[in-house]
Amino acid sequence: MGSNEDIELLKDGERIDGRAFDELRDIKIEAGVLKRADGSAYIEWGKNKLMAAVYGPREMHPRHAQETTKAVVRARYNMAAFSVPDRKRPGPDRRSIEISKLMSEALEKVVFTEKYPRSVVDVFVEVLQASAGTRCAGLTVASVALADAGIPMSDLVVGCASGKIEDQVVLDLGKNEDNYGQADVPIGYIPRTEEICLLQMDGNLTIEEYEKAMEFSIDACEEIYELQREALKNKYSTHLDKDEIEELKEGVE
Amino acid sequence: MKEILSNITKDYLYRLLKEGKRIDGRDLIEYRDLQIESDWTESAEGSARVRLGDTDVIVGIKMDVGEPFPDTPDKGVLTTAAELIPMASPEYESGPPGEDATELARVVDRGIRESGAVDTTELCIEEGEKAWVIFIDIHVLDFDGNLFDAAGIGAMTALIDADVPASDFDDAEEDEDYPLPIEHIVVPTTFTKIKDQIILDSQLEEEKIADARLTVTFNEEDEIVAMQKGLRGVFKYEDTMECIEKAKDIGEEMREKILDEVDRENI
Repeated sequence: MGSNEDIELLKDGERIDGRAFDELRDIKIEAGVLKRADGSAYIEWGKNKLMAAVYGPREMHPRHAQETTKAVVRARYNMAAFSVPDRKRPGPDRRSIEISKLMSEALEKVVFTEKYPRSVVDVFVEVLQASAGTRCAGLTVASVALADAGIPMSDLVVGCASGKIEDQVVLDLGKNEDNYGQADVPIGYIPRTEEICLLQMDGNLTIEEYEKAMEFSIDACEEIYELQREALKNKYSTHLDKDEIEELKEGVE
Repeated sequence: MKEILSNITKDYLYRLLKEGKRIDGRDLIEYRDLQIESDWTESAEGSARVRLGDTDVIVGIKMDVGEPFPDTPDKGVLTTAAELIPMASPEYESGPPGEDATELARVVDRGIRESGAVDTTELCIEEGEKAWVIFIDIHVLDFDGNLFDAAGIGAMTALIDADVPASDFDDAEEDEDYPLPIEHIVVPTTFTKIKDQIILDSQLEEEKIADARLTVTFNEEDEIVAMQKGLRGVFKYEDTMECIEKAKDIGEEMREKILDEVDRENI
């Protein structure tokens, strides 16, 4: 959180991009976008563009990493070299290693791992265009890919962040808000059980501000959850228009 | 993780090819549906997403100010890298680029570099001191065969789409961004030999039983600018001539498709 006096984040008390304090950027999710992967999904979240692919359950290599009673969920968060303003050197850095670990842990919580001893469920999250909030977008798209792969799960995980800019708590920080804001609190949330499976924070927040941030994020997670389910429904439900439904009804009668 | 093609599938493929047919119903010399989408991402200076059948590749161009190579002090620098990320196939693993990724990057690189597709002398800022470095990054999302053509077409499209980000750099010679100086539009065309049959644009199963591969890259002046033979099998001279003749025409068609997608003043 590099505070910078010169960068204006609020103008006349409003966010620069015109969003309300508790308003998300536009989010679009699509399930089943790749052929080779067992499951996949694509998300556009503001200017972020991410794709997730799931392979497995499959045999765990290296073998010493196998768990005898359960499957391991192994997420790999990776940024494309061209996804950021200054070219990112390909390969894992400390940041992506940490995010991969947190993502693995968050996703493992909802997967019925005990069904697949000694195996691994690989989740590959590729950031193709980055614009603040990629770990939350990554978590969100990864759980849609897991569902698309038919992995038994107790629920979908939703990622979302809130933060603070110019002493104002706001939902879903945009790029400048993230770079020059005062705090950022990304969470991973399991709507059905109301559990938090990922939580990080940097910057500074009062307890009241933290409460506000979490309230914003959790409400937003419910909203994103609907988009995730919608994406899966779009892929898997058979579409019938009104006339077709009427025809079917008549047929039954 | 090595994927194995079942014998029954192999036999089926061989039998079809003998009759001059292919598993997806195409003619032996027929491309899959090719979709090119330029300017796919705004975080890159230039980009293109290419879908060739189910093969899906994104190429991004990034640029930076660096030092020219000592042996070409008056030229910009061009570097190509390919990542076969584990998203794209169960056979790909995380880690530094292996042989396949390296070959892919080098074949694409050669087509563009040796052909002078980009006028690198225009990219020198201060002789021997400062020059633009162009990074071509090939990111494979879904692997269903023929990465060479998908990546080559993607790289060419992304270069045409690219703007030199001069306004972001204090030490650039210009104040405003300008399109990359493009001299030629080069297009690779890749043939696969299976037993005695030569096919165009092999998909995954066909690549698994491929004996040899030949990539021929043409520019718009009907000149061959790069070739690469791959795999353990061999071609007869007549075979290579046949491929070259066809690559000339197919390259022309693909060039049209690229120009339909990105029509800019730099070409």
